[in-house]
Amino acid sequence: MVQTGKTAVEKVFSKKSGRDVRAGSIIEAEVDYVMVNDITGPPAMDAFSQLGVEPKKDKIVLIPDHFVPSKDIASATQSKKMRDFAWKYEMPNYFEVGRGGVCHQVMMEKGFATPGALIAGADSHTCTYGGLGAISVGIGSTEAGVIFGTGKMWFKVPETVRFDIDGPLDESVEGKDVILSVISRIGLEGGRYKCLEYRGSAIQQLGISDRMTIANMSSEAGAKCAFIPPDRKTEAYLEGRARNSWEFMDSDMDATYEQIIRIDASELEPVVSMPGSPANVKPVSEVDSEIDQAYIGSCTNGRIEDIRRAAAVLKGRKVHPRTRLIVVPSSQQVFEDAVSEGLVKIISEAGGYVSGPTCGACLGGYMGVLGPGEKCISSTNRNFLGRMGDKDSSVYLSNPSVVAASAVAGRIISPSEVLKVA
Amino acid sequence: MPEHRIRGKVWILGDNVDTDQIIPARYLVTAEPEKLAPHFMENTIPGLASSISRGDIIVAGRNFGCGSSREHAVRAIQGCGVSLVIAKSFARIFFRNSINLGLPVIEADISVVEGAEVSVDMEKGTIAHGPETTKFEKYPEFLKKIVDSGSIINYAKEELLRQQSQS
Repeated sequence: MVQTGKTAVEKVFSKKSGRDVRAGSIIEAEVDYVMVNDITGPPAMDAFSQLGVEPKKDKIVLIPDHFVPSKDIASATQSKKMRDFAWKYEMPNYFEVGRGGVCHQVMMEKGFATPGALIAGADSHTCTYGGLGAISVGIGSTEAGVIFGTGKMWFKVPETVRFDIDGPLDESVEGKDVILSVISRIGLEGGRYKCLEYRGSAIQQLGISDRMTIANMSSEAGAKCAFIPPDRKTEAYLEGRARNSWEFMDSDMDATYEQIIRIDASELEPVVSMPGSPANVKPVSEVDSEIDQAYIGSCTNGRIEDIRRAAAVLKGRKVHPRTRLIVVPSSQQVFEDAVSEGLVKIISEAGGYVSGPTCGACLGGYMGVLGPGEKCISSTNRNFLGRMGDKDSSVYLSNPSVVAASAVAGRIISPSEVLKVA
Repeated sequence: MPEHRIRGKVWILGDNVDTDQIIPARYLVTAEPEKLAPHFMENTIPGLASSISRGDIIVAGRNFGCGSSREHAVRAIQGCGVSLVIAKSFARIFFRNSINLGLPVIEADISVVEGAEVSVDMEKGTIAHGPETTKFEKYPEFLKKIVDSGSIINYAKEELLRQQSQS
């Protein structure tokens, strides 16, 4: 039988398992890094301690981000456990408050994620690094603890669904709109167990930040991982960051895909996910809802590019009197850049609140949790029942420009509507 | 070896039950099953957690456990004493976590009413419900090794011992 070429994910799993593997194989693979946060880390450490071996220190990355700086005694106890573990074993890759940020942003900024790397992370949005051409997979805590001791884990090599997204993107369309449109099309289960591969001229047109957003929310379609072919923009991003040598890598021309979905980029527009499900998507022009809170942050859309876009809308304008705007940079680096570029001043002068980095209210942790009946438009990734607070609160998901415009209008609105009023 | 026959009373849940519903994030300040259990599904079905008896079975719809990677979702279900989750399909990290923590999970589409008794034979791959029997696909060989070990920790310990004895 003549074998066809391989998808990118088949290539990475072949390399890391030392076998010639295809979609459907269950394999044991050597991971390059295993990452845990302050919620998923402590159970991983408990699991690891039962193995009775020394930790693979160079592979382990510890990034407290969900409930840090600690929000209460219970969360402080949890992050203390992680800190104590880091010091006990003299872990080289522990990112303390003030030197890290949201785990996925740190994994990319600090050069852990490189094309062709296999990274496992005890967080569902680990798939983000596919934006740089890495194969990165969300896993659970206990198995992360096993990797701490063995450096290896079992995986099923996924089928790949390819999205060919071609044509010019309107300048109002951001990475968030691309991925929300994809999720709307295939549903919460449409990418279950799959690698979602995004390519085409529209993807090439987008910068690394937008590509990360697309890879990041692939998890909302149930995906195992995401892959965007690395190019010159990837190379420029990795320059001076990458911790390991890397090579350009891509799927073979004759690789076997489970499905190929073509999307005409010129038809995409800014969209909003209505409360309850990220797949419940409508064009922003069809949504008219008053809001109590506007939130910009998270591993999905808390990067400097996102804050720049928000500031461009907010500059010289004021947040609506009945609305509060909360901006949470996704890392210490993003925070520093936002300060030095004058973006924090613009947001603050508009009547917005800027905090240091944390996952914060994205998962209903703190720094902007919603009360009963409150409505929030958010640049984050999930809007399930009670996600950001009370069970009777609601979350609308959008790109950060729409969030900023909505903060000004006090209701969900297209940025173009706000920008035309001087 | 875990028990291969599981019999219990059914609780029905719908499609796309996400981990924010299973265990809201504000309770993720502990990973102890007993402390998580009282909050299982509390936003969606208040009172469910306290109604579940040890050994009961959850029968859910499609994409059960979608959303975050929080293993606490599986631990909360285990803390309630649930013996088995049957769903039309599972979100992948929830499925991994269940296998790794020793919570039996079966992908099958069965039609039962809440409160019904079902009887499952993990070895034969059958679910008996009322007069009907539904077959399900058993775990692949590799996953079965983890399941038979009781958890991925036990499996990893056995593997490490085996490697040490070989070297």
